[in-house]
Amino acid sequence: MAEQRVVLKFHRWQLDKPITYHLVKDYDLEMNILQAKVTTEEGKLVLGLSGLEQNIEEGIVWLKEQKVIVEPLATGLDVNKESCVDCGACTAVCPTGALYFTADWTLMYDEEKCILCMACVPACPVRAIEEKF
Amino acid sequence: MKSYDEINEKIRSGKAVVLTAEEVVALGKEKGVSHVAKNVDVVTTGTFGPMCSSGAFLNFGHSDPPIKMSKVWLNDVPVFAGLAAVDAYVGATELSEKVGFDYGGGHIIEDLISGKPVTLRAVSYGTDCYPRREIETEITLESINEAFLFNPRNAYQNYNIAVNSSDATLNTYMGILLPDFGNATYSTAGELSPLLNDPQYRTIGVGTRIFLGGTDGYVAWEGTQHNPMQARGENGEPLAPAGTLSLIGDMKKMSTRFIRGAYYYKYGISMFVGVGIPIPILDEEMARCVCIGNEDIYATAIDYSVKTRAKPNFGRFSYKELRGGKITVNGREVPTAPLSSLKRAREIAGLLKDWITGGRFLLTAPVRPLPMDHGFKPLNIVPPKGEAV
Repeated sequence: MAEQRVVLKFHRWQLDKPITYHLVKDYDLEMNILQAKVTTEEGKLVLGLSGLEQNIEEGIVWLKEQKVIVEPLATGLDVNKESCVDCGACTAVCPTGALYFTADWTLMYDEEKCILCMACVPACPVRAIEEKF
Repeated sequence: MKSYDEINEKIRSGKAVVLTAEEVVALGKEKGVSHVAKNVDVVTTGTFGPMCSSGAFLNFGHSDPPIKMSKVWLNDVPVFAGLAAVDAYVGATELSEKVGFDYGGGHIIEDLISGKPVTLRAVSYGTDCYPRREIETEITLESINEAFLFNPRNAYQNYNIAVNSSDATLNTYMGILLPDFGNATYSTAGELSPLLNDPQYRTIGVGTRIFLGGTDGYVAWEGTQHNPMQARGENGEPLAPAGTLSLIGDMKKMSTRFIRGAYYYKYGISMFVGVGIPIPILDEEMARCVCIGNEDIYATAIDYSVKTRAKPNFGRFSYKELRGGKITVNGREVPTAPLSSLKRAREIAGLLKDWITGGRFLLTAPVRPLPMDHGFKPLNIVPPKGEAV
């Protein structure tokens, strides 16, 4: 079993085509929708895919054939503790508590809880948080 | 009653009893205010948060031939030079003309303190005695003459709690405020905060020696927007923003551990300033003040989505509740987040405690008290005379 997180970007006119249905039915992939957003400019899905490695690869090939743009998701965040001042501005926007304070008010980052929404990156006043690929 | 001289004598002889403000709150709970008044000599306080009304006076020295600097830029950030020939003031919130929100005055000050070279560019209309019309050169904190931090408004006593009742995210100096009461931010060191330990400014005034940016500094004046007449609780603590301080210190002795440029998303640039103020326990009243804990200090929640000057308030909450991680606003549970670093504030209060117990830092009595009968006026539009209203 393999796991991979991908960012799918597509045009509004592609909305009538079932995408995730085919990934499940034809490629036997278990899916976790981490983010879904459709605006006047674009559609974006952030998916966590799990299944056989070959099926994930073939599923991604199929997506690209459907003219869906497939990009890797940042694999994590890098919180630079040398730069961080433990102020807490990032905790104000973190939806999962992946950024949190210990009992002595030290800022900590829990990779397991992070859904890579990126809200913290612009929130940090000393720009101590960066995306990792 | 103790005097400053008595306390300083104890400091010189290594006998002073010095506690941080958090330690004294715990001691007060255990042994009572009278015990603290008798046994504690000095309480150290600390805070490390963004303080927008900050900046530095610099003197660049004279070039050959000399220039009367008229317009000046440091790393493309305009600095104010309408002060003689080569004096300038760098304001923390001024933005770079080239990169906007990505660099500003607060970063110039941080870069200078860290020893980095900064590009100075200036133009002049030229005079007989200052014939030079333009100059561009690299400077460092070492290479220039005086450089002193002068912050017109720091250590704001009891700032607001910020909430957002609208359905759109707000980008503010109180951080990113999530819609529909999605979060509540606050900026304070609470019971460790300087002015919350001397709420009526009995010991803090002009000339008080303090910790500023990693070195010793002084209270220079009351700060702008100083508002001692703010509503107060029975214990004398203000219930909303009140007193402020103007602080001064030698930039050449400061450290970027305690002075940092700050970026607030889609709001602008500011600067984190580390401040620590020692409170002499002169009498029972001072002991009572320093023993007030987070559960007895309240701040007011203000709705930042309302664009008028006066914003609706959603009640008062204690710092204990805020530090607990959630408050109930308008019937819903709202997660809280600080913007001011308690960890760094503790480091400052701890350092100041070490300096005092080590006999290296003596307390000073203020030479002029902060005014108590001082209001906070708004700016109302008054059309110039002769114009039709």
